[in-house]
Amino acid sequence: MTQKDIPRVVLTPEPLDSRVLENAAVRREAGAVNVFLGTVRSPNRGKEVLYLDYEAHEPMALSQMQRLVDEAETRWKGSVVYLHHRLGRVAPGEVSVVVVAGTPHRAASFDACRHVIEGLKRDVPIWKKEVGADGSEWVNSRP
Amino acid sequence: MKVTLLLFAGFRDALGDRIVLDLPTGSTVAQVRERLAADHADQEGLLRVSRFARDVDFVPDDTELEDGVELALIPPVSGG
Repeated sequence: MTQKDIPRVVLTPEPLDSRVLENAAVRREAGAVNVFLGTVRSPNRGKEVLYLDYEAHEPMALSQMQRLVDEAETRWKGSVVYLHHRLGRVAPGEVSVVVVAGTPHRAASFDACRHVIEGLKRDVPIWKKEVGADGSEWVNSRP
Repeated sequence: MKVTLLLFAGFRDALGDRIVLDLPTGSTVAQVRERLAADHADQEGLLRVSRFARDVDFVPDDTELEDGVELALIPPVSGG
């Protein structure tokens, strides 16, 4: 796959390969490439996690993800930003989200990654259900 | 007028994929929230911290709705 074929934003039930995005972000124009991986943790708050089950309002999630990437690429000139997220079951130790930012200078690569992952946590309609031995619960759903 | 709500995550587990509400003409998003809380008292707490979206964008509570509109009910997100 060439860089042009890799979409900036993806929701997929397939495992994520951050290396592909990393390689795409390493370009002549880039002086820095920052990679953020979100991975599934167990135990979580003292409880063993069997897996997380992710679902999304897909059209809206993709649109909001694209907005975040566009914001980052506009704000940090010369940057290339990818945001790929898993759906469905993801086991502890697996990658659930990848953000990659390639920028001319290093500070911007950290800032762009941070902008995108914090925005995702706040505004992108994706939800995870934590499934353990004793039952399951939607994360953040206790008012 | 009819307002269709698409449900996700905890709301979907509790109430199914979608709900169709019959509301007075000119109702706002706030009135959708009130009606849902009245119909489903056990969801009131989660409703209070949830947002609504039309198409792919969040809409504020004072948004006036038209007949046949489809809204998504967005509980606190937990991606990442």
